[in-house]
Amino acid sequence: MDKKKKRSITRGVILIVLVAAIAYTIYNTATKDKTELLKVGDEAPNFELVDLYDNNLKHRLSDYEGKGVFLNFWGTWCEPCKKEMPAMSNQYAIYKEQGVEVLAINISQTDFEVKKFIESLDVHFPVAIDSTKSVMTAYNVDLLPATILINPEGKVEKIITGEMNETQIASYMESIKPE
Amino acid sequence: MSLIQISGYLLYAAFVAYLVATLLFGGAIKSSKPDGAAKRAEKWGSLAITVTIIGLIAQLGYFITRWIYTGHAPVSNMFEFTTAFGMFIIGAFILIYFMYRIAALGLVALPIAILIIAYAAMFPNEVNPLVPSLQSHWLTIHVITAALGQSILAISAVAGLLYLLKDVDPKIKGKGRFCLEGVLYFLVLVVGFVLITVVFRSMGYEAVFNYVNKEGLEQKITYNMPAVFGMNEYTLLTDDVMEPLVEMPPVINAKKLTTVFWSFIVGTVLYLLIRLITRKRIIEMLHPLVQKVNLSLLDEVGYRSVLIGFPVFSLGALVFAMIWAQEAWGRFWGWDPKEVWALITWLFYAAFLHLRLSKGWEGRKSAWLALIGFAIILFNLIVVNLVIAGLHSYA
Amino acid sequence: MMEKIICACGHENPAGTKLCEKCGRPLTEQEQKSKVVDMRYDGIAIRSKTRNKSLIDKIWNFFSSVKVGVSLIIINLVAASIGTIFPQEFYVNVSSIADKATYYEETYGSLGKLYYSLGFADIYSSWWFQILVGLLGISIIVASIDRGIPLHKSLKNQRVKRHESFMKRQRIVAEGPITDGDASKTLDLIEDKMKKLKYNVRREGSAILAERGRFARYGPYINHLGLIIFLLGVMLRMLPGFYIDESIWIREGETRAVPGMEGYFLENEKFILELHDNDPTESQVQQGVNVVAKNYQTDVKLYKQSDDAVAGQAENLELVKEYSIRVNHPLQHEGYSFYQMDFRLNEIKTMIFNLTNKETGESLGEVSIDLTNPQDEYVIDDKTKISLLGYYPGFSGFKDGVPQTATPTPNNPAFIFKMTTPETPDGEMSFVAIRQTIEPNGENKYKMQFKSVETRNMSGLTVHKDKTIPILIVGGIIFMLGVAIGSYWNHRRIWVEQLQDGTIRLAAHTNKNWFSIKKDLNALTEHVSLPKYIDQLDEAAGSEQNEKEGDNTL
Repeated sequence: MDKKKKRSITRGVILIVLVAAIAYTIYNTATKDKTELLKVGDEAPNFELVDLYDNNLKHRLSDYEGKGVFLNFWGTWCEPCKKEMPAMSNQYAIYKEQGVEVLAINISQTDFEVKKFIESLDVHFPVAIDSTKSVMTAYNVDLLPATILINPEGKVEKIITGEMNETQIASYMESIKPE
Repeated sequence: MSLIQISGYLLYAAFVAYLVATLLFGGAIKSSKPDGAAKRAEKWGSLAITVTIIGLIAQLGYFITRWIYTGHAPVSNMFEFTTAFGMFIIGAFILIYFMYRIAALGLVALPIAILIIAYAAMFPNEVNPLVPSLQSHWLTIHVITAALGQSILAISAVAGLLYLLKDVDPKIKGKGRFCLEGVLYFLVLVVGFVLITVVFRSMGYEAVFNYVNKEGLEQKITYNMPAVFGMNEYTLLTDDVMEPLVEMPPVINAKKLTTVFWSFIVGTVLYLLIRLITRKRIIEMLHPLVQKVNLSLLDEVGYRSVLIGFPVFSLGALVFAMIWAQEAWGRFWGWDPKEVWALITWLFYAAFLHLRLSKGWEGRKSAWLALIGFAIILFNLIVVNLVIAGLHSYA
Repeated sequence: MMEKIICACGHENPAGTKLCEKCGRPLTEQEQKSKVVDMRYDGIAIRSKTRNKSLIDKIWNFFSSVKVGVSLIIINLVAASIGTIFPQEFYVNVSSIADKATYYEETYGSLGKLYYSLGFADIYSSWWFQILVGLLGISIIVASIDRGIPLHKSLKNQRVKRHESFMKRQRIVAEGPITDGDASKTLDLIEDKMKKLKYNVRREGSAILAERGRFARYGPYINHLGLIIFLLGVMLRMLPGFYIDESIWIREGETRAVPGMEGYFLENEKFILELHDNDPTESQVQQGVNVVAKNYQTDVKLYKQSDDAVAGQAENLELVKEYSIRVNHPLQHEGYSFYQMDFRLNEIKTMIFNLTNKETGESLGEVSIDLTNPQDEYVIDDKTKISLLGYYPGFSGFKDGVPQTATPTPNNPAFIFKMTTPETPDGEMSFVAIRQTIEPNGENKYKMQFKSVETRNMSGLTVHKDKTIPILIVGGIIFMLGVAIGSYWNHRRIWVEQLQDGTIRLAAHTNKNWFSIKKDLNALTEHVSLPKYIDQLDEAAGSEQNEKEGDNTL
């Protein structure tokens, strides 16, 4: 009797393991497209980019520790990026004092195009060009615009894809401002 | 004489040798008289196998000279691959012959190989340069091993057919008789295809059309047979030839459909003629020829050739294919139709082996399974290459 | 209590045993009646067939059944074939999901629509296809455990002496006195001969068991193990970090961070397309196969950041490798591979204009605009210069009077120039796009006349890392080994017993290839002058076996 019971348990365990393996495989395939390299709560990857106007000014994420960082990825061909920029500029003027930094990262375009574009919009926040798409890759940015909120502890607070309006931008900046 | 011409002549020589050997194998099994018949049959048998070997050597000569001429293993298009497949079937037959010495096998194996080579000859035999993905040693290794495996597996179908020719009583109406006659009818259709292609080719028939393809682009196509089916939105450019009867939608290649149509017509007429003249089913004519074969030995030959062929096929069509795909595209498996059908073939023979080992499917059932297996191999060779386009599509 | 079958010899066999484990007596009524016993699995009790009680046992038994296994093979086969009716969606060249649905409907009609809506267009990653493969995997594992272990035990504990009823029910049997020589030496002669034939010979009293190629029986279990390892490898691929499959487009001269490969950068030095110098044949054109291509090649440099560098720091890169990536020749580095997959030719890189007097057609000089680095000003001489006020790489029209760009790639470059010449010191404004010039402040004297372009190519590469490859290789090797062992070797056994009166009783069995064991037996029979053996299956099939073709030419 004992032997029989043992055998049943062994069989049960084997079957459960196999079924679990199949279930896990199916689950993974079903969610494959949605898995992101970067998730909310992760440590934001450190990076360093040169400022658009000042070659000696380097924006290094680790230098902003203790501040909230509002990272915006954009391109000149991206219509919603263009639309949200003035609002970002306005809100930056307010939250800058409260310890929120904005960095608008252009995806690998030329200095000329980026400068002309920023000047034409008359917006005021730091801009940098990610010419090797290295930061874009590290942050797993796929569609533009993409905004990543990083809290003062250096963790990803929120990932926003698509256009934001001014109210949203304000509340996002509010959410990452240091205590 | 250039190398490629020599190569061509060698293939002709092989073809003729196989034809002669088939007749000799016929002599080797017709031993109804008791006095010295066995001895005579043996003599015919050894003569037949000698001629077969000469044919194989000639075809190997074709293979090697073409290889030298083109600079790559001649297995890169439909003509080359199918010819090689026929050659490997002959090779596999010779191997099995020397293991079991059954002359009657030759009577089936050789005609099948002849038909396959004849079928191959209907495709353009021009030498094509290789696209980058084919420029790999794995082309040689993968294709040759896979074809070799398929040919050994084909021998099980040869044994199966022979088994059924004896086992199925042509006098008794039934599913078995109907299906077996169907298999032979299919072989006649292949003859029909070869005949009609040769006839129109020797007449130099040509009809050029413009048509609009799937992507909406205008293209040109040349028919070598009277166009029964026209391509999508065709316009005929050649004078004094037949206008198509029906226009087909863009997904259907009307030229191939026309070829199938003509082969079907000619093959059927041919078959009906045979029936009318002899007043017999084909199986009825063949049945008495195979009376002397030992069924359980044939069953073993069929099983044995699957056992020998299956590992070779696994290695060539799956393992080597995966290694190459990994090297060329960085993914060992891509669900390309040809890949899938290789997997299907493999699964089928795996099922065959399991049924035989554990369920005792031997004899007649096993013979039918062997025929189905060969049908899958042919499907993979013909339909997948010509109809379902993918990475492997030749021709 | 589990039911046991007690054989006449006194041995206790587990329920379900067909042939006594010890002496070989047939135990079931069916086996006792049959002329030739069922030697599959040597008559052992297949574990699951013995008991069928709890739910777990029932499930276990279900998967253990070969019938179920074969059915699963066939179901998988059919499912796989359905996926080849129409092309799978990853081979269809459309982007969005909506496009795909319409593609199938437009190309293949209502059948195509049905095919797509049933999910057959992506059949191989559907949940139910994975379940089918998974079930087959379970079946392989359970059936192997269930049969392999008892078979192994039974083969290990084989007795030399078998009961008469076992011997007589083998397919090949012989019984009778020896035809020549000294009966007392027969067993020694048999032992010698069988050893010469490379059999393992065991002798117990007046009984001999000669056995050869027992390991062949393990072939199927070995190949199943290989398959399971392979499937496991495929499954592991789903775990994070095991598998990376990214694509990357790089223009000539560009350096890009490699996705999925942290800290590495790839520079495209040059993309090369070589063509064969023949014309494509008609059928090739029809299939749209670019058969004339001879070589696709990207010359690259792979760089690595210094260890303390962070993303975005593209200075001080250390060159790791220089390589020409071609089809079939990927660049490999630390488990990563770069494959040549795609290309785009002739993207505009530099545009050259002539500053031309419209009336006279006279040129004041040439301006070359590098689109990868446009400048604010192009000076021809101290009084003649061009100011670039705007550059729009993918010009798509005006919005509120401002030119817009739809893409960052120079598909349709447009510029706003201000041309300053000695004649027009205040400058003339001009908007210049391909086949379009707008002069906003009235008729200009000068124009930027397009002269020529320089182009560059873009190469599409994929980056792969697959940590499961070694597992797959191990699985594949074990599988091939198992298949070869199971197919090319066979397990032959010959039992001999000399009865009290000196007569010989012989039985032989092989799991396959009866032809060869008969050859061995022929040699043995002749050497020892044994009575002639008979094949009971042949006897059943028909009589005059010797006249049949094949047998007389051994």
